[in-house]
Amino acid sequence: MVSNMTHPFRWLALLAALVFPLLVSAVPASAQQGQQINPTAQSLKEAELLKALKGGDAISGRISIPDAKAATLIQPDGRSWQDFKRSTLPMLGALLILGMLALLVLFYAIRGRIRIDSGPSGQFIERFGAIDRFVHWLTASSFIILGLTGLNVTFGRSIVLPIVGPEAFTTLSEFGKMLHNYVGFAFMVGVVLTFLIWVKDNLPHSRDLVWLSHFGGLFSKGDHPPAERFNAGQKGIFWSVVIGGALMSLSGLHLIFPNSVGGGVAEIQFHSMIHGIVAMVMVAIILAHIYIGSVGMEGAKEAMTTGEVDLNWAKEHHSLWVERELKAKGQAIVHPAAAE
Amino acid sequence: MARMKFLCDSDRCIECNACVTACKNEHEVPWGINRRRVVTLNDGLPGERSVSMACMHCTDAPCAAVCPVNCFYTTADGVVLHSKDLCIGCGYCFYACPFGAPQYPKVGNFGSRGKMDKCTYCAGGPEDDRTKAEYEKYGRNRLAEGKLPLCAEMCSTKALLAGDGDIIAQIYKERVAKRGYGSGAWGWQVAYKETVAL
Repeated sequence: MVSNMTHPFRWLALLAALVFPLLVSAVPASAQQGQQINPTAQSLKEAELLKALKGGDAISGRISIPDAKAATLIQPDGRSWQDFKRSTLPMLGALLILGMLALLVLFYAIRGRIRIDSGPSGQFIERFGAIDRFVHWLTASSFIILGLTGLNVTFGRSIVLPIVGPEAFTTLSEFGKMLHNYVGFAFMVGVVLTFLIWVKDNLPHSRDLVWLSHFGGLFSKGDHPPAERFNAGQKGIFWSVVIGGALMSLSGLHLIFPNSVGGGVAEIQFHSMIHGIVAMVMVAIILAHIYIGSVGMEGAKEAMTTGEVDLNWAKEHHSLWVERELKAKGQAIVHPAAAE
Repeated sequence: MARMKFLCDSDRCIECNACVTACKNEHEVPWGINRRRVVTLNDGLPGERSVSMACMHCTDAPCAAVCPVNCFYTTADGVVLHSKDLCIGCGYCFYACPFGAPQYPKVGNFGSRGKMDKCTYCAGGPEDDRTKAEYEKYGRNRLAEGKLPLCAEMCSTKALLAGDGDIIAQIYKERVAKRGYGSGAWGWQVAYKETVAL
């Protein structure tokens, strides 16, 4: 019995003697293994997240406050938008606007005012009716307000602010911002109406190429390539206003309604860039339009003021249109200025 | 002068949101505005990290660069502040800010956001230090009292550090060296155009 009893115990003791050191060494070993799990192996690294970002992306997570925008932790694109706003857009704008002004001054110095070659006839023909002129001036006046208040956002800080001082400039800019946001809708209506009433006369035609190859006769006296109601240059203005106006309207709506239409910050940055670039291009184009419609050409401004142009002016600049009008309506539509 | 910065050691942040609450209370921040917030990345996944984020008081601050009325200024301590009297609420600073710091009391369209509000690094605004007018517009001016921003001061795990950029970077570096890991000084590369070399 004794031997029977001792044997298993001895075996147990032996087993214990053999296993215990293993157990003892095994427990700390597994504990050590737990400690050896490198917490950074699965830890986020900012540098890696930043590297993985593509344009327009941001590092975002979960947020416990009820403001979804706050879940964006870092959007590095703010820096590139900063550069666009601070240097790219002002440089582009200054280049386009000052460049256009310089070209116009140069053109005036060389070519002078473009006269009616055969002199004013004293007889007038209706060019733009009341609706035409209303649409033009609706678009034009809203464009001027939007242009000035918009340019104030880009250039006011460096040009107007030092002159009027910070408080007055804030009042001015705040008013300008309101004006810009509301007058924008008048401009949108103007652009849509412009498209509707004039698109039929602004479709491209092969004679536009002839007109363009002569530079519209702008640089040579007595050269008047034939044109219908609108020549290729005017068609260019029309499509600039329609396409540019559409881009301005769409991007502008995103900026006016940042909470419903605007989308995220990346979308708003994108639309503000489109808005800024197209605006500068349009201001430059419209400067040329204003020039040629006023001081640049004798007999041009009457088209949009009284709506009646001198018959000789019309014959020189819109020969085909005059022909068609006279054929359709007869000589009766031509009358002396006194009738107006 | 010290160049004041924030540094959130996300390996210590436990997402308790006490910094958020302390800030709101200290400055009586308007309803709906959180000058500081805690964002949790990879929530619920291994390696999840939380980062407490507010205005980082950037070097060459984007908000100041894009502001059309030039209402921002940087103090001698490198703190980026703004004037609510000059702000026109155009929202540009929010679009430029890499950290979503600028916020507005209203969410209206047509640019009707109201005056922008953001973290002042507990340094008030352009009004005279520690005046009622300053407190009402910008909150308490703790820096003028010789104190650091409250969010960092009361952080229970000392995850959020505020103070001289060189000193807090050194503290963070030592921590990382001692424990052997660190997920980085969140926002530093974008805000200060330099990061803490680990």
